[in-house]
Formats: sequence, C-alpha cells, structure tokens
Amino acid sequence: MSLLQTENVVKQYKDHLALDKVSMAVPKQSIYGLLGPNGAGKTTLLRIINQITAPDSGTVTLDGQKISRADLASIGYLPEERGLYKKMKVGEQALYLTRLKGLSKHEAMSRLKTWFTKLEIIDWWDKKVEELSKGMQQKIQFVTTVLHEPKLLIFDEPFSGFDPINTKILKEEILYLREKGATIIFSTHNMESVEEMCDHITLIDRSKSILEGSVDKIKEEWAANEYDVVFKGQAVIKTISHYEILKTTKDNGKTQVRLKTSEKAEVNTIIRDMTDKGQVLSFNPALPSMNEIFIRVVEANKNN
Amino acid sequence: MANVSTIIKREYSTRVKKKSFIIMTILTPVIFVALFLIPALIMGNQDKEFKKIAVVEDGSDLFDGVIKDREDVDFEYLKGADVNQMKTTFEEAGYYGVLFISPVVTNVPQAVQLISKKQPPMDLLNYIERTLEQDIENKKLLAYDIENLDDILKSVQTDVSVQTIRIDDSGETKETNTGVSMALAYIGALLMYMIVLLFGVQVMRGVFEEKNSRIVEVIISSVRPVELMMGKIIGIALVGLTQFSIWIILSFGILTIVQSKVLPDDPQVISEQISQSVMNQVPAVENTGVVDQTVELTAQEKEFAKIFNNLMNVNWPLLITSFFFYFIFGYLLYASVFAAIGSAVDTDSDTQQFMFPIMLPIILGLFVAIGTMENPESSLSFWFSMIPFTSPIVMMARIPFEVPTWEIALSVAILIATFIGFVSLASKIYRVGILMYGKKVTYKEMWKWIRYKG
Repeated sequence: MSLLQTENVVKQYKDHLALDKVSMAVPKQSIYGLLGPNGAGKTTLLRIINQITAPDSGTVTLDGQKISRADLASIGYLPEERGLYKKMKVGEQALYLTRLKGLSKHEAMSRLKTWFTKLEIIDWWDKKVEELSKGMQQKIQFVTTVLHEPKLLIFDEPFSGFDPINTKILKEEILYLREKGATIIFSTHNMESVEEMCDHITLIDRSKSILEGSVDKIKEEWAANEYDVVFKGQAVIKTISHYEILKTTKDNGKTQVRLKTSEKAEVNTIIRDMTDKGQVLSFNPALPSMNEIFIRVVEANKNN
Repeated sequence: MANVSTIIKREYSTRVKKKSFIIMTILTPVIFVALFLIPALIMGNQDKEFKKIAVVEDGSDLFDGVIKDREDVDFEYLKGADVNQMKTTFEEAGYYGVLFISPVVTNVPQAVQLISKKQPPMDLLNYIERTLEQDIENKKLLAYDIENLDDILKSVQTDVSVQTIRIDDSGETKETNTGVSMALAYIGALLMYMIVLLFGVQVMRGVFEEKNSRIVEVIISSVRPVELMMGKIIGIALVGLTQFSIWIILSFGILTIVQSKVLPDDPQVISEQISQSVMNQVPAVENTGVVDQTVELTAQEKEFAKIFNNLMNVNWPLLITSFFFYFIFGYLLYASVFAAIGSAVDTDSDTQQFMFPIMLPIILGLFVAIGTMENPESSLSFWFSMIPFTSPIVMMARIPFEVPTWEIALSVAILIATFIGFVSLASKIYRVGILMYGKKVTYKEMWKWIRYKG
C-alpha cells in the first residue's frame, strides 16, 4: 500500500523540460530515496508534492486522494535551500514556523521544549539565529520540519552541511520517526546513506525516472551473476567453463574469491565445487553498491 | 486566513520590537519639534538685558527725543557730544553703544551708525530704523506745509485684504483661505509621498531578506506565496500606522509641554502662541517684533480668527476619509510592486535598476502636487489625480481646494481596480521570483513568470 503516488508528472519550463512523465509510488512507512545528478529534476518533483509549483499534467495522490492544500498540514518539508530569519530568536522562530503548520501555540510550545531538550539545544532558545553555527541552525530546521508529526516527511539533501556526529544523530532520528509511523522521502547524492537507510529508490536523470524499485531488488538485478566465496586458510581456484575468477585476496588466514558464473551454470553445482576446493566459510552473491549502480545507470542513460 | 494573521503578527511584532524602530519613533517628533522651536527659542531668548544707548548727532539736533525708550532700552540724547570721543569712552560711561546720526540722513540711508562692543540684537536695529524712517518721513511731509495734514493722512490710509468666497452649486457661500488650503494640500501630499516610499521600501527589503536568507521555501511549504506576500504588506502597513499615530501624539505632546515650560517669561507671546498653535505654520518668530505689538495685535487676532474660521470650514470628514482610502490603496499598490521587485532580485545592487521606474511616478506625483497648490483647477492636476500611480499624492493636494465628489470616487475606483490587477501580477512574479536564485533578472524574464501556470 503506497502513501504517496505520482503518475506521469510533467513540468515544462519555458526553456527546458524539468520532469518528463515521472511516476513513483512511495510505500507507507518506508524510507524512499530520490536519487539523481544535479539538475535532474528532483527538487522540482519535491516542490510539486509540496504544491509550491503545479505540474503541467499528471497527478499526485496522498492516501489514494488527489493531494490538496489541506494535506500540507500532514507533510513536513525540509527544502535544500533552507534558512532562518537571522535576527529572530530561536524559540520564537521555531514557534512561528510550527504555528504556520497549524499547531496551537500551547501544543507547539510543549512539543518544541521536548525536542529541544532531546537534541540538547534548549540553551539556544533565546539566542538569535545569527549567533549560531550552520550545523546548529540545521538542527533547528530539522525540529521545525518534524514537529507537527506529519505522516509524510520530505528531506531535500538533509545531510549537506552536517558534521559526522550530527549526521548520525539525524539518521537515528529519521529511523525513529519511521518507526513511529512516518513515511520518509529524501533526495540525496550521498549513496552511503542510501545503502544505510533507504528501502526504495527512484533515480531521476535528465527529467526522466530511469530506475525505480526496492533497493534489494535493484541490487539483485544488477548483481550480474557475481559471488564472493570465503575460504578458511589457503585455497587455489582457477577459471573453468562454469565460472571465471575475477579477483583473489588473502588476509588473516582467509582467502576471498570473487567469481562470475556463466549464464547456464547452476548455483548449487558451483557451491558443491567450492566445498571440494577447501573449507568454505561463506558464499554470497556479490551485490554492487548503490554508488556503482548510480554511475552505471546514469552513464548508460547518457549514451542513449 | 489563520496563516495570514500569524504572518501579520510576526511582521508587526519583529519590526515594532526593533531598537531602530523605537529610536526612530521617539526621535523623529523630537527633531520635528526642535526644528519648529529652536528658531523661536533663539529669537525669544536673545539678549534681553537692559541697555542704555547714547544718541549723538553731528552738528544739529533734529532727533532729540525722537527715539522713545523701550522696556529694555533707554535712549539718552546727548546734545553736542563728540562722536569720536564717545567712541572711546561710551563703555566706561555705562552705555551699551553709541547711535550716531549724521544730518545727511534725510537723503543717505547709510548715515546712521550704531557703535557697540557686542553684536546688537536684530529687533533693536529694526526698532531704530523704523522709528527714524517714520520721523524723517513726517518731517519731509511737514516741509510741504500742507494744511490739515494729519486728517488727510488718516483718510488716505487704506488696508486691503482679499476675502476669497466660494459659491457652490446650491448657492451657499463659504469663506475660504488659500493659505490654509495650501498648507493642508502640502501636508497631505507630502505625508502620502513619505508613507508610500518609507513603507514600500520596507516591504521590498523584507521580501528580499526572506529570499536571501533562504527561509522562504520553508514557509511556502505551509502557506501560499500570496498569503506570505499579503501578510508582509499588511503587517508593515500596521507598523506604519502605529508609527504615524505615535508621531502625531508625541509631536503635539512635546509642543504643548515645551510651550508651557520653556517660554513662560513673556506671557503675551505665549498667549499668542497658544491661539496660534492651531496653525503651527505661522512661526513664533513674527511675534518678537514687540514694538508694534499693541497696534498690530488686534489685526493679528483678526487674522487668526479668520484662519481658525477657515480651518473649521475645511471638510474634515472628507479630507480624513480620503486620506485613509488613498493611504490604504496607494500603499497597497506600491507595496505590491515593491514586493515583486524584492522577490525578483538576487543582490541589493540589482534593486536599483527596478527602483527607478517606480520612483518616477512617485516623484512626478509630488511635483504635480506642488503645482496643484498654485493652480488647483488645472487639467494636469485633474489627470494626474486620476492616474492610479500618482493619484494618492496629487488628489491629497487637490482635496483641500474642494474637488467634486464624483472625481474623488472615480479616482479611488481606478486606484482600487489597478491595485487588484497589480496584486495579481505582483504575486505571480513573487511566486516565481522568490525561488529563483543566481539568475540575472530582466523585464522580459519577469513577463515570462507572469505567464507561468500555477
């Protein structure tokens, strides 16, 4: 069951096509990655979901209903271009931003205090924003995005500008929010965080969606019949008709072999063959990293 | 709508709490009052100590006792005294100065000298000049040896003051005063000009700040861009109204206090100033010509009564209502254009190229308004009071001279229609502009934005 769905969304600007029939389905309570090179159209798609701009054609549905302005209260959006009023005090500002999402003053206040305490930023309440570092400001923006407990959270490049410690805190909070029932979309260039967090992805390149699906499935599809075998101690394996040895590494009394099987070869036959050669510690399909997939897909698309 | 009011509240409270706002709000009336009062104080507090002046003539004694003693000055006529000697000794003899009159004075105006150590006050010099002039005139007339001269002079003396009376269509007559109308026209037009400029520019800065600090996208993911824009425009309008109200109240307050505390030494001056305070334009300076006060007082009082009467004759409800309407819609019209500019530009310096075309009608409006005071019925004034971008300023200058109601109604209607049109154009530019970074904006570009969909 998907929470959010876009269907054939098209957005044409005067001099270029920003989105060309982009469809995606974001499952409930998933973490959904929106990937793609700079200028591919990710931000435009996110702005359409947030009704900042309207699509020329195509639909966006939330919970099966066509999305409307009333839904904005159940969406939290952290844009890529984000800032705060520099001269305003932190607490006042957080209160203002969350009140615009429809929270009552009292409710907003008590939730803000909870979050500020949790993220250890309660001491900044009466400081002006201009006195804070960029990382501190990011934390405040994060809090104001999630405070109204939206069922859909959209982060555009959430980790840019964060140091590793704050990135870790932020990731933990995102996972925690998902656990509590939120669905999360985030756009990023950071493939490491995609590996770590995303269940599903859509890859947009040059205005088109060119890859969509669950991370596990995509990896399997792109696995290309490669396996990693680890032996205890020494093992000598050579290329035969069933498989080709790509790489052999030895360390700590272990031998790791990357092999690529031929199209017709049965996996079971190969496993049997391996156990004959030595003491097998593990036998795994060698899944490509999202980074590799990203580069390969985008480059293949370029050549089309 | 709840969102708009939240936005208005923020725009209002952050601005009103600013130090610069508080300082400006308090300081401006102080400066304003100071501009009025300092010249008056300087004149009022000038050298009032008692002086003795020796009057010396060269050879003749035409002017013995001619110059009468004044409250603070005694004139002692020293018959046959030598000027050159007096020049060196007058101070020891206790004189403030020596007034030397040469007999050629009847023909040569420069033949009178006042020799003193200090710079003598202006009104003392005026007093001496006037007295001598009058005396010499009298002497010359006497030389013609005309019979019944005094009676002739009395019957010849004439005083003309043109009363302007306007007759309206129903035949009712009304006494008017061009001076009062002009003052009101000037104040109305200038206020309108200041409001539009001061607060319009604030709207532009506010929009620019939101774009520049990148907070705008966060906000428009909760509210419509047009709501944010209107919230800001209305919030700043309220700031403006607050500031103006405080200015007016403070100015009157300070004026009243200063009048009663600082100038209590001359009760006559004060009583006059109070009767004048209705019309602050008449500077207190005039009253320090103490000499003729007793003679002129009644004439002055008459003049004040006339001004007061004319002030009562002004159609205040119309004037105030019109001011209110022109303020609201004139400001809204300009503020929406300023908001569009603030949203379109990337840097402060880019604003310049777009500022010029807006400043043009504002300044033009002020010039036409000033021309209107000279010639309120000209067709130039009429047309500029209809054109929406100049009408708030020009019409405010016309109303004190009485304008047919239909003209005001038409002008306001055109203004409102234009405002509605411009707000929708401006909000379209605004909507695209606030999210557009790093692009040099041109008019052509903005025209494209207007035609973007949703």
